Amino acid sequence: MSFINYSSREINCKIVYYGPGLCGKTTNLQHIYRKTNPDQKGKLISLATETERTLFFDFLPLALGDIRGFKVRFHLYTVPGQVFYAASRKLILKGVDGVVFVADSQVERMDANIESVEDLTLNLQEQGYELSKLPFVIQYNKRDLPNAVALEELNRAVNPDGITWFEAVATKGNGVFETLKGVAKLVLMELRKNY
Amino acid sequence: MPDFDLVMYEAEFRRIDEELKKLYHQANAKVVFLVDKNGQLVASAGDSSEIDTTSLASLTAGNIAATGGIARLLGEKEFSILFHEGEKDNIHISLIGHRIILVVIFDNRSSIGLVRLRVKKSTEALAAIFNEITSKSETKKQEKVIDDSPFAEITDEDIDNLFR
Repeated sequence: MSFINYSSREINCKIVYYGPGLCGKTTNLQHIYRKTNPDQKGKLISLATETERTLFFDFLPLALGDIRGFKVRFHLYTVPGQVFYAASRKLILKGVDGVVFVADSQVERMDANIESVEDLTLNLQEQGYELSKLPFVIQYNKRDLPNAVALEELNRAVNPDGITWFEAVATKGNGVFETLKGVAKLVLMELRKNY
Repeated sequence: MPDFDLVMYEAEFRRIDEELKKLYHQANAKVVFLVDKNGQLVASAGDSSEIDTTSLASLTAGNIAATGGIARLLGEKEFSILFHEGEKDNIHISLIGHRIILVVIFDNRSSIGLVRLRVKKSTEALAAIFNEITSKSETKKQEKVIDDSPFAEITDEDIDNLFR
């Protein structure tokens, strides 16, 4: 649900990073925050616990530039990944324009990935969205770890529809901007389709 | 999609702006904001130069969303007013229709009673304007006559340029 303001010539879009606990959603946003020019970003807000686990959400506003005279702003959000924050997770999806699913490549997190995709699908359905109709990309994070599962297996588990995916090592920044660009492109294409 | 994109045109924006300014003066407020439920700032009146309005908008929406969640757990539809009292500044948050959040920040030059009274009056006026906005953008969308749409000819190159 984007907000298009013809008066101030701005377009605002909301992108949500979803995924199981500790998969690297916040790390993605932190990397984007570090690597973006100060004039293109707002504050990175993290509503987190004392142990730096996301409690409600992280929020990063980005103003990347102009398209045809309109300032394009992306508001990036993460959800709390831990299972027991289900109620808060649902709230963040409200009005979403694009979703990044961050999967943890480690073999022991495969069940958590699958559970989280199912949770995402259900939570969107509850709000009247269909995941297959939303701008949606997958990021396979932590590709540098020795216990990372093969890509084919990950695709089989969480990406049966074969949507666009990216490999990443968010702690080093690899693949982070590629993922953001991938989802931003889909969101803008969706706007083109509708307007 | 469960809801419509919010498309704001110059004429409506000006009316909203006027209404907010009126509220700002009548309620003796420090700043007045309109935020949409997704956390995007729609308009403001008063001196907001020292406030991070983008973050404020997103956190307000989060606050309303969380409170709405609590309301549903208790069997309420929603709580339409939130009020936070600080040492110097206070913040009054209320809903306009189902979509828009009105935020009034005020200090001891005003009072909660005055703010509530003025907010109530402005809410009706603002709700009417937002209803018009919704029906206008829906008609335009159905008739495919969005004026001067910046998206119609968006190219891959435009998008790549954003990430340079």
